[in-house]
Amino acid sequence: MKLLALSAPLLVLFALAAHAEDALFADMGGQAGIDRIVDASVDNYLADDRIKTIFDESNIDRLRAEFKVQFCQIAGGPCQYKGHDMTMAHKGLHLTNADFNAVVEDLQDAMDKAGLPFATQNRFLARLAPMQHQVVSR
Amino acid sequence: MRLPIPALAMAAALICLPAHAQTSWDMFDGGKLLATGGVSQVEGAGGGGLANWALITGYGTRDGIGGNVHYTAVPLPDYSLQSAGVAVGLLDRLELSYAWQEFDTKDVGTALGLGRGFTFHQNIFGAKLKLIGDAVYDQDSWLPQISVGLQHKENDRAAVIAAVGGKNSVGTDYYIAASKLFLAQSLLVNLTLRETKANQFGILGFGGDKHNDYSTQFEGSAAYLVSRRFAVGAELRTKPSNLGVAHEGAAWDLFAAYFFNKNLSLTAAYADMGNLVIKNDQQGAYLSLQAGL
Repeated sequence: MKLLALSAPLLVLFALAAHAEDALFADMGGQAGIDRIVDASVDNYLADDRIKTIFDESNIDRLRAEFKVQFCQIAGGPCQYKGHDMTMAHKGLHLTNADFNAVVEDLQDAMDKAGLPFATQNRFLARLAPMQHQVVSR
Repeated sequence: MRLPIPALAMAAALICLPAHAQTSWDMFDGGKLLATGGVSQVEGAGGGGLANWALITGYGTRDGIGGNVHYTAVPLPDYSLQSAGVAVGLLDRLELSYAWQEFDTKDVGTALGLGRGFTFHQNIFGAKLKLIGDAVYDQDSWLPQISVGLQHKENDRAAVIAAVGGKNSVGTDYYIAASKLFLAQSLLVNLTLRETKANQFGILGFGGDKHNDYSTQFEGSAAYLVSRRFAVGAELRTKPSNLGVAHEGAAWDLFAAYFFNKNLSLTAAYADMGNLVIKNDQQGAYLSLQAGL
């Protein structure tokens, strides 16, 4: 009984957490919203003098498609990213924190353009931020 | 107003520094995200207004250098405090800072027999070393960014300090600071423990007739990020009460900081500095401008 009394609020918390996860995908406008954000951010990367050379060897169409699936999964949407892990994907690029932050700024601009509220942007960025550990190698 | 000579020297050194570095101005990579270097706190370190943060000042990443100058004015009902300074952040690891502070007693100077507009000055030399953690990236961990540092303060009014019961005109504060960005909540939280003997931040010297040992004081702040450019928050800083002549209480403020870009920010606050010597309730505006890279 005691255990049940303790676990009830826990279950509520888990339910809320799960809801928050689903909510982010919806709050980002579902797959359509994420697609818009990815396309705008990739456009920004390719126009950004600080980082555009990083994508010299990239297949941009494939990159857009992979980002769309990956962002969907990270936002808690019904997607399964099957591409390279982040360490592999950025191997040999020798990226710096400044590069990583430039990508973040371009993504923020894209989310601004999509009309995503700043607080919602930060909920998403909070899930991307730890990727710095795998992406930045210099 | 005396010229803050050491500040000018440090500013000159800051400007000349890249000339000796191989990569020249490229070292100023400006690679950090907006606002993540903080602003200049009242003693010149990277932080908020009253409170020190664990973040290293400026916009240099771990591959670069950042630096800034600041000017802060705190016009209080019976006094005025101003500060100017310069700080550098090296490799997002080590911060060196210098601040010059002037405390003007205005009419109170007459009442205290010091003369109208009697001023105290402090030179404050600071160093801060980041030990562990990253306040921004480590969103998958509860570990905050933790830094340790010191602020060495030299006050030019030894005789007055002795007359009010202060034991020394020179003192050094030591601190440990923790900062954590709760990004999903758009909230930056900072906690600092400071070992200090300072009376009124050192304006009335260090140690006193009532208490002359170091004591552990607390400073904390929370900032809500409204947008990339705009943050609002509150700060609290406790202070020791070492002097028999007047009880010293905590200081707090409510602030808003606007970042025009990585080169310019303006912080405005409503600050309560508590009771200063013979005047209670010293509350007023706090305005600080920071320019840098």
